[in-house]
Amino acid sequence: MSWRRLWIPLSVLPLLGLLAYGFRTDPRAVPSPLVGRPAPPFTLTLFDDGALRLDDLRGKVVVLNFWASWCYPACYEEAPVLEEGWRTYQDRGAVIVGIDIQDTEEGARRFIEQFGLTFPNGPDPRGKISIDYGVYGVPETFFIDRQGRIRAKHVGAVTAPLLRERLEALLEEPA
Amino acid sequence: MIPEIGFAAITVALALACYGTGAGALGAARHRPALVASAQHAAVGIFVLLAVAMLLLVYAFLTFDFSVRYVASNTNRGTPFYYRITALWGALEGSLVLWTWMLAGYTLLVVAFYRWRQREAYPWVLAVLLGIMAFFLLVMTVPASPFQRLDPIPVDGRGLNPLLEDTGMITHPIFLYLGFTGFTVPFAFAMAGLIRGRLDEAWITVTRRWTVLAWYFLSMGLLIGGWWSYHVLGWGGYWAWDPVENAAFMPWLTATAFLHSVMIQERRRMLKVWNLLLIILTFSLTLFGTFLTRSGIIASVHSFTQGTIGAFFLAFIALVLLFSLSLLAWRADRLRGQGELDSLISRESVFHLNNFFHVGVTFTVLLGTVFPLLSEAVRGVKVSVGEPFFNAVSIPIFLALIFLMGVGPMIAWRRASWAGLKRNFLWPVAIGAAGALVFFLLGVRHALALLTLGLVLFVAATMVHDFWRGTRARMRAGRGPVGAMADLALRQNRRYGGFVVHQGVLLVALGITGSQVFSVRTETSLRRGESIEVGRYQVRFEGLEAEEKSNHFLVTGVFTVANDRHVMGRMSPGKKFYPQEQQPIAHVAYRSGWREDFYLVLGDFSRDGQLATVLAMVNPLVSWIWLGGVVITLGTALLVLPGRRRDA
Repeated sequence: MSWRRLWIPLSVLPLLGLLAYGFRTDPRAVPSPLVGRPAPPFTLTLFDDGALRLDDLRGKVVVLNFWASWCYPACYEEAPVLEEGWRTYQDRGAVIVGIDIQDTEEGARRFIEQFGLTFPNGPDPRGKISIDYGVYGVPETFFIDRQGRIRAKHVGAVTAPLLRERLEALLEEPA
Repeated sequence: MIPEIGFAAITVALALACYGTGAGALGAARHRPALVASAQHAAVGIFVLLAVAMLLLVYAFLTFDFSVRYVASNTNRGTPFYYRITALWGALEGSLVLWTWMLAGYTLLVVAFYRWRQREAYPWVLAVLLGIMAFFLLVMTVPASPFQRLDPIPVDGRGLNPLLEDTGMITHPIFLYLGFTGFTVPFAFAMAGLIRGRLDEAWITVTRRWTVLAWYFLSMGLLIGGWWSYHVLGWGGYWAWDPVENAAFMPWLTATAFLHSVMIQERRRMLKVWNLLLIILTFSLTLFGTFLTRSGIIASVHSFTQGTIGAFFLAFIALVLLFSLSLLAWRADRLRGQGELDSLISRESVFHLNNFFHVGVTFTVLLGTVFPLLSEAVRGVKVSVGEPFFNAVSIPIFLALIFLMGVGPMIAWRRASWAGLKRNFLWPVAIGAAGALVFFLLGVRHALALLTLGLVLFVAATMVHDFWRGTRARMRAGRGPVGAMADLALRQNRRYGGFVVHQGVLLVALGITGSQVFSVRTETSLRRGESIEVGRYQVRFEGLEAEEKSNHFLVTGVFTVANDRHVMGRMSPGKKFYPQEQQPIAHVAYRSGWREDFYLVLGDFSRDGQLATVLAMVNPLVSWIWLGGVVITLGTALLVLPGRRRDA
């Protein structure tokens, strides 16, 4: 083969490069307009009775996780991670709150039992909270700082490194 | 246990494919028939093993084996029986099984047909096909195993994507995949030719029927996809230039170009490199489509599938492109075309234009599809490219292609004479112009619509004119009119099969024009007992009904519909509420007719059933699109008939 004809196969490299670059981006990570804004307040009726008001958690770092019991596999992957995170960080001033949306109560209770979840969890029966937070699918997770501002939004399953990194960063900030 | 057997079947098939690729290639290079025969056995084994894997997966679906992740993700206990079977191809992993099984099936046909007939090329063809299967089997083993276990085992599954619970979704993927995989065979023959350095027209004549059939399946896949979108998605349209649609449309465009340009090579031995490029492009685009929609690099609706599958596909696309294009560059010396263009007014030149336009649209669509990525890479800005861009660029080109469709089959090879042009085109041009004028006088003022109507009439007239002249010649030889027509169509089945397919395309073009240009829509809220008028229809809202289905809750609005002449009866558009979906799914109600469809979608409603929003649409000529599909089917059947006489 004459080397001058090498351009024929090489001509596809730019396109391949562009597609490879595509792996580094996430088309779903559309920046949420809520990031940097105060978190919309809500009162959550918990599954094990009682209620939780977001305003009462001011001064703490809050991880708000929207989930559903039918959400395979992402919610199943992140549930143990969230529970582990709750056990590790609750003494340092972090709260993990689960909000169950578009679900049956029976399925949700079974899910909580299956993973032995101990952090506060409650349903969002009218979808009011998920609408306020612009939730598009499950799971979605919001990170709220000590001042009650949304600092980050994550779409898809939360991984242990991600949770640790975000929590450490937010916990270091002064109240 | 069952999933483990399935996984084992796939793993063994992978081993066989790897072995068969090596054995086939070695057997071909060293001329060892025994090795080739052994590769052949591997191909048979792969087919059987994949069939077993597929049946096991179906079994897992039917028995609600939620320990299998793929089953848990795509069914739940409420999923109706048939959809538990079709859930097999409801998502990526199972689709790959079906895809690869089809590829194995095609490979068996290649074994059956060409083992003796194409002795020289056959071993290489077999090796290439097995190599491609090896890739898909690798994907099924490592990043996207359909038999992957789920732990802990859920009590109930997530359920099939409700949009897929539809007859369109039973057939659409089958046709699409038959089309996609079908192009692998001509690609393999092209590669075999390049490897051997025997670059005559053999690979094109051998694979002509394959190409036509693959093209047909892909066309039907696209049309059925449009029909599904039309009657399931509830927005009244059938095509949205979504990346997923574009992904299937691009290989169709290059395949259409290929179908036409091979005729030039057969007749005039021109465009050799070009044809090889087109088949390489078509095959790569079928892979690219899967890559695009499954890798998650371009936004597509609700898929949380991230993983390494995209990287596998990209690596394979890179391999295919670099390998095949390097081969092409290596063999370029032997690929000098023999004919050259004699005149600009000739069939060759029309076919060149045809190819230029098809490939032009392909690159436009490709650009529009990957532009969001390009923009983010270069400027760091997220953008989306939508319908206006695609329509603005492609509509003029499609109109030009329709025009060429009328000219190409009639104009003379090499050099057209003025007398010949007049003989072939005088009447059709007059009919097209007169038709446009009649529609203008009837009140059609939309320039684009008039242009399309005129062009369609022109093209149809060229075909009728040509067929009539052929028939008349045979009638002079003493045949009756029906006998003469049948004789003509069967003896020149390639030519007239092509004509019939073209007529089908014209019908599709008319349907698209009618529904895009003249569609009327109204969206309004109605109190119970209130009526609205849309076009010549009156719609009255009678109330709401609700029903609990096996896996969803269905709310329907009851409407009585009348047109200006008579009462048409009740129509009940609804909304389906699936527990696992954020958004309710539309249940469209529509009445189809030759002239137009009347289409109702239920919007929001009050819980007491006193108030409902309804979207009412009158979509003219939509059913002509589907009719076009039927005509294309008939034409393809005629095209692939074994010809009685070997001519074009």
